[in-house]
Amino acid sequence: MTHKPAALMRSLLERPWRLWTAQFLTIARIELRKNFFTARGFWVYLLAFAPVAVIGLHALLGHRGRIGEDTQILAGIFQFYYLRLAIFFGCMGIFTRLFRGEMIERSLHYYLLAPLRRPLLVLGKFVAGAITATAFFGLAVFASFLLMYGNFGPAGIEFIFGAGSRHLTAYLGITVLACLAYGAVFLALSLIFKNPIVPGMVLMGWEAINPVLPAMLQKLSIIFYLRHLAPVRVAADGIFALLTVVTEPVPAWQAVAGVLLLTALVLTYACFRVRRLEISYTTD
Amino acid sequence: MNDRIIFEDISKFYGDVLGVNHVTLSLPPGITSLVGPNGSGKTTLMNLMTGLIQPTRGHINVLGMTPADPAALFRVVGYCTQFDSFPRGVTGFEFIYEGLLLHGLGHTQAGQLTSEALHRVGLLEAAHRQVAGYSKGMRQKIRLAQALAHHPTVLVLDEPLNGLDPMARAEAMALFETLGRQGLHLVISSHILEEVDRISDRVVLMTNGYVVAEGNIHAVRQEVREQPMQILVRCSQPSLLASRVFALNHAVEAKLHADGKGLLVRTRNLDQFYELLNRSAAEGLVEIEAVAPADDDVNSIYQYLIGSEGGQS
Repeated sequence: MTHKPAALMRSLLERPWRLWTAQFLTIARIELRKNFFTARGFWVYLLAFAPVAVIGLHALLGHRGRIGEDTQILAGIFQFYYLRLAIFFGCMGIFTRLFRGEMIERSLHYYLLAPLRRPLLVLGKFVAGAITATAFFGLAVFASFLLMYGNFGPAGIEFIFGAGSRHLTAYLGITVLACLAYGAVFLALSLIFKNPIVPGMVLMGWEAINPVLPAMLQKLSIIFYLRHLAPVRVAADGIFALLTVVTEPVPAWQAVAGVLLLTALVLTYACFRVRRLEISYTTD
Repeated sequence: MNDRIIFEDISKFYGDVLGVNHVTLSLPPGITSLVGPNGSGKTTLMNLMTGLIQPTRGHINVLGMTPADPAALFRVVGYCTQFDSFPRGVTGFEFIYEGLLLHGLGHTQAGQLTSEALHRVGLLEAAHRQVAGYSKGMRQKIRLAQALAHHPTVLVLDEPLNGLDPMARAEAMALFETLGRQGLHLVISSHILEEVDRISDRVVLMTNGYVVAEGNIHAVRQEVREQPMQILVRCSQPSLLASRVFALNHAVEAKLHADGKGLLVRTRNLDQFYELLNRSAAEGLVEIEAVAPADDDVNSIYQYLIGSEGGQS
């Protein structure tokens, strides 16, 4: 019994980690180039930076409210636009394309004909997708934040480096977690379904009705954990009020751990699933 | 048996549609050609061998490895598929180079092997142009270069001559012959039967997902006993030889050639015919210029077995 951990450690050390690292980095580099430097990623730029343009225009025209009021507006933009729409659809576009998109383009087989473990392919593609999504949306959220408060002059600058820095950290943290979790889910969906858009829309519906579900069911979603990390509660009226119901507070560490655990579980499943992946372009 | 590619009772169904059924093969090193019409299962067999699809039933073993372990398999296997598509925006050089980096090779070694492969298929000058701007023949060549860049011992080529002009086709055939002589396993599917016929060590004839014959092409022809063998004899007295041929029990037909210097004989007993031919020559009745089998090529065998022209799938 005492020899088992030592044998396990020896077995782990004997694995070709250098080769795997080199292969992983190659996959990630190839995918990053595809994501950032081809025309197919253009719409994600638009999706991410549309609010930046609006807030920038607002600032340019000299409209200025109160910091408290704009904090609510920014919280609303983040929770309703970025979290529920832009990051969701952006991740759907970026991560479903990693496998299903290459099936449609009939180029996935080049990866499958290389001497690499398929789970490594999943991880390499996932990390490239996560970096892409985080860069797009993290930068957009950061720019929105700066433009929103920069408009207030010295008072705004003071807020940015004072109380606002906690908000910014939370927004960026939630953005990263959202990209990881939605990314993993969409990557897995693209390995299961020929058209992952349909289950993606079902997921969107599930996420939308999450606040009004029973407490147990609420935990089976991504938005449940992300909402609890938001630094500002949005005071919403009418139908939007339904989206902001907080039934049971969750500590931040639990929310972060919950999202990361979900990401890990879904990725593990994707790694398992990809081993049985078949190239049948004629039927895709 | 680690130098063989073994298919053990392999079946593959796409839902209700049959891909291949009960295929059992053991392929030694050399050039093996898969021949059959559209939908006969050639590509399915190649995809199964390389793990792009999984068999519904049976086992495949490639030089002691299983297609379920791509990390080991593709160190020794290169596969040039029929899919005429490429990752977006890549140049010819990047296409091969990045594939080699996935092998875990360093940048220098990958660069050297890339240049070598490009040189081998005559694409060095176009190396830094985008593949999207290549002609069909160039795209075929760049895929071939990628399949052999890492010096595999098993090369699987699905219709590798498609899109190549006659000159490039001749070069490709010469390359395949060289690789075959070096002891590599080359598994080739092609509908250009005359050329495949010339370089193949053995053929696998397929129809509707079944293997109908396999082995050395001449041996396969001999096994098709219900079809008389055709022999073309170029000689000085073809009519005299024809009259002697008709005395044989197994002669079916003797047709004089239009130029009066040849005779096409169809016989069910080849040994008896050759005996007669030798005797006639020894007696000085005819002067023999050349003797050649007229129908032990892939196309003829295919017609006899399947009843149609062999073609691509």
